[in-house]
Amino acid sequence: MKTVHNTLTQPERPASAEGNFYTPLKNNIGPGMNARVQRLRKLSFDAEPSLSIERAQIQTDFYKINYGKYAIPILRGLNYLNICEKKTIYFGKDELIVGERGPAPKCVPTFPELTCHSVEDFHVLNKRDMQPYTISQEDIDTYERDIIPYWEGKTIRERIFSHVPIEWKRAYEAGLFTEFMEQRAPGHTALDGKIYKKGMLDFKVDIQHEIDKLDFLNDKHATDRKEQLTGMLHSCDAAIVFAERHADRAEEMAAVETDENRKLELLKIAKVCRWVPANAPRTFHEAVQMYWFVHLGTITELNGWDAMNPGHFDQHLTPFYEKEIAEGTLTRDQAKEILSCFWIKVNNHTAPPKVGITAKESGTYNDFTNINIGGVKIDGSCGVSDVSYMMLEIVEELHVLQPGNSVHVSAKTPERFLREAAKVIRQGHGYPSVFNADVYIQEMLRQGKSLEDAREGGCSGCIEVGAFGKEAYVLTGYLNVPKIVEVTLNNGINPVTGEIAGIQTGDPRDFKDFEELYQAFLKQLNFIVEQKILVSNYIDRMFAKYSPATFLSVVIDDCITKGRDYYDAGPRYNTNYIQCTGLGTVTDSLVALKKHVFEDKNFTMDAVLKAVSENFKNDEIMRQTILNDTPFYGNDADYADDVALRVYNDLFDAIDGKPNTKGESFHLNMLSTTCHVYFGKVMGATPNGRLAQKSISDGTSPSHGADTNGPSAVIKSLTKLDHIKSGGTLLNQRFLPSLLKRDQDLKKLTQLIRSYFAMGGHHIQFNIVDTATLYAAQENPEDYKDLLVRMAGYSDYFNDMNADLQQEVIDRTENDSF
Amino acid sequence: MSTGLIFDIKKYAINDGPGIRLTVFFKGCNLACQWCHNPESISVKRQKMYNATKCIGSKKCLDNCPNDALILTENGIVTDVNACNLCGICADVCPTKAFEMLGEFKPLDNLMKIIDNEAIFFDQSDGGVTFSGGEPLLHADYLIAALKECGKRYYHRVVDTTAFSSLETILEVADNTEMFLIDLKLMDDAQHKKLTGVSNRKIHNNIREISKKEVDILFRMPVISGVNTADENTVATAKFINSLEGERRIINLLPYHSIAENKYKKLGNSKGFTLFEEPTDDQLNHMIKVFKEYGIQATVGG
Repeated sequence: MKTVHNTLTQPERPASAEGNFYTPLKNNIGPGMNARVQRLRKLSFDAEPSLSIERAQIQTDFYKINYGKYAIPILRGLNYLNICEKKTIYFGKDELIVGERGPAPKCVPTFPELTCHSVEDFHVLNKRDMQPYTISQEDIDTYERDIIPYWEGKTIRERIFSHVPIEWKRAYEAGLFTEFMEQRAPGHTALDGKIYKKGMLDFKVDIQHEIDKLDFLNDKHATDRKEQLTGMLHSCDAAIVFAERHADRAEEMAAVETDENRKLELLKIAKVCRWVPANAPRTFHEAVQMYWFVHLGTITELNGWDAMNPGHFDQHLTPFYEKEIAEGTLTRDQAKEILSCFWIKVNNHTAPPKVGITAKESGTYNDFTNINIGGVKIDGSCGVSDVSYMMLEIVEELHVLQPGNSVHVSAKTPERFLREAAKVIRQGHGYPSVFNADVYIQEMLRQGKSLEDAREGGCSGCIEVGAFGKEAYVLTGYLNVPKIVEVTLNNGINPVTGEIAGIQTGDPRDFKDFEELYQAFLKQLNFIVEQKILVSNYIDRMFAKYSPATFLSVVIDDCITKGRDYYDAGPRYNTNYIQCTGLGTVTDSLVALKKHVFEDKNFTMDAVLKAVSENFKNDEIMRQTILNDTPFYGNDADYADDVALRVYNDLFDAIDGKPNTKGESFHLNMLSTTCHVYFGKVMGATPNGRLAQKSISDGTSPSHGADTNGPSAVIKSLTKLDHIKSGGTLLNQRFLPSLLKRDQDLKKLTQLIRSYFAMGGHHIQFNIVDTATLYAAQENPEDYKDLLVRMAGYSDYFNDMNADLQQEVIDRTENDSF
Repeated sequence: MSTGLIFDIKKYAINDGPGIRLTVFFKGCNLACQWCHNPESISVKRQKMYNATKCIGSKKCLDNCPNDALILTENGIVTDVNACNLCGICADVCPTKAFEMLGEFKPLDNLMKIIDNEAIFFDQSDGGVTFSGGEPLLHADYLIAALKECGKRYYHRVVDTTAFSSLETILEVADNTEMFLIDLKLMDDAQHKKLTGVSNRKIHNNIREISKKEVDILFRMPVISGVNTADENTVATAKFINSLEGERRIINLLPYHSIAENKYKKLGNSKGFTLFEEPTDDQLNHMIKVFKEYGIQATVGG
């Protein structure tokens, strides 16, 4: 079992050394603007993820008594209320922002109604090499005795797997795609500004108004609506009860507190918790606490992918901040302290761990809350304010894993903002990533959002766009496009197992030209996508029927006015996404065959297939020829980029516009998070010279090592794709620190970003690390605990990654030019 | 139209002038500085490089060499330079690119296509194209034609030169570029002759003439410990800069790096490599101080 020591708390390279915001204070606690923040950060940093069975117990007891008594939405609302009434309240001694999902920081509940952990799962989670989640034997025994028997056969996961067709199962087991919702509820939500204008009591008035309006004579859905709206009423109460319990606790603590300052703070916290979320916030402090209670509500009622996201948090907080600064009731440091406390709260909330094979495979515990900083306002003006700069300072100072953060750049964004962001990027913690607001607004307009709703939108989780506060945009899973090529080359068989994985599209040895090969790939692609969608649609209905999100529905337009759930077309917009991975690997594989087999005839198809099946063991000369003499994607060479564009457009045609169950449709986005590592594992060697089990390329980035002409050529290749047709693309660029030493280098970095965005790029992120540091980190993990590395859409601690992921980071092309 | 012998084109070049640039490296130089860290740029002919660590022993080069100029040894492939006519077939067939041909005669149209592909980066950063080498002025006709093409497209142009050319040539280049990057290597002429192979008189005279024109000149100085770090040279350099017309009071100090040894090896010219000493931070800081006394801003790197 891994032991973790928390000795190193200072950043490896002090930011102040490079002229940044942050001057490290002399202390042995760690980074942070003051002693309180330092202590809270250290506590969060030191806490080991663990599992709490409390929620499962409360819920199981409740279901045993009440299942069948109420309509499902009412049951869900009451269940959530019951949890809020009974769960352990955590109230840390330095805290200004209060509330935890579990009984302690990084203590994660389980959600047996969706997917019930087995005894074996818990043992795996306790012991696995990657970030373990600890659980006591006593709790495992309780789970085995009281929880597991009740849920057996009733979980959403079991419903799904008992339903799926054999074709789906074959493709799934071959690793042709993943399915998000077999473990977690659809989520992926970010909020707009409504919770800063309305409290739960106001929402209750709105809900009651809709109930009063129901027409039971003429509306055949009136009963369904009433049940849904009633569940939402209970959910509002739940959030208020949860806050009241914190207010009670704060008053109790104040009564015995001897430190006068803390006593006053506790009384103030009590007042805040009595006011929000029941009412709309009036102050900066109330606004942050308001969001946090809503955030906790959504991740307590269900475990949605991915967590929750405040959206344009700086824009929402700015009116409170400016008003209080002008009135003299708040200082900048006070505001920053409150916001720092919030940041640490998010870091306390790790992702609920998975079950089955993925419990072993998945190393991450990041829950993908992604704070959008900057961007544009609803009226189209620039969204950057002093709060935006404050957030960059906090990112820089705290360098915690969560929340993720991103800067949003439009043509109106001032250079100062981008330059300050570049300084944070230079620190090499992997944050922030950079998004092109002008392009993603167009992406949303293309999908049919109104201009205002598109501007209110942004990116949550990794890189995917959505209309914040108004859209259910459900990420359904990753598509292993390179594996589709592999299965095509084996006429429908998965060569790793010899089993059927797709459909028969012909023996490639008989293909006369590249076009025949490509058409076979297309046929296979469309078949696999159909399999994915047909089960996705089934899953959507499972959640709509059995696990509605009655609290989340309160805060997403137009669930109240429609009287329908977030999972059941309640939101104004309802998108399903399929995330396509490995564009680089697919392109390079197809290009290698096009050039060496069909055009130059250096090798026969049979020879390539044989070499690939033997992992190039007996044909290193062929592999080297392919690696060194093929124009790969990412070098601004049309020969390869034309194929990439064609594959991208065909992915679009295969996915975009396919109907979902909510009267809307599927769209594609191009991201992989860490899934490209798993997808690589289930594959043999590929015709681009990639060896078996090595990870495939991520998002829309070039294959590892394939881009040899620098970042500007990569950008030129990527912008041949029309990003506006997607719901997000992903570009990772690794930079060595030597490329960003001087201020003029930072200027060139921002110019590179602006160039990419001027050409229509959606997103870019930078890993600023050197190989020597990474090898050193592998040698002496204890000395590099702070080493935060950006991986395909999120950041993770290098030492928390498994050896494959670490190797992948090291292998990425280094764009060094000095 | 002549073709230029080019040995490298670098994109996202951020150290060769303002903004984001594309740098074109010409092959061939009329100086032979003993500390040169781009030995592959010196010869005005195509050359062959062999990297033994990349060689996996496919023997494809041996099978395909039309002149039987290659010999397999324990240390990899050795080329019989008398038999080799630099046809480049070995490089073409080598699966790992252990053999590489250096220098390509690139028609101007092809070069301009590559440059045009980077235009968006020039536009966004006030960057442009840098012509470097080797010595770009050795390819004057081609260079001037390329500069004119870039000028038509409003790309910012930089010529990185030794300034060792006929006055007529450098004046014509000056009329077709926005900026020169010029090394001031050594002020003592005898030393200059000894270590670079040529006198610096022509260089200084050319600089004096182009300084009268509307063109920016950014001076650079390769700093080699014990070669040009003495105050005497620093002061003479400062005085020379101050004697020029216009407001040119900046010099970039480029510290010598001993990284080039492997390149000499790959060229089969280990003997050509002379190891000099890298300057210390103290030496560099002292030089900056001396330059400052003469009103010249010296910075490290550039």
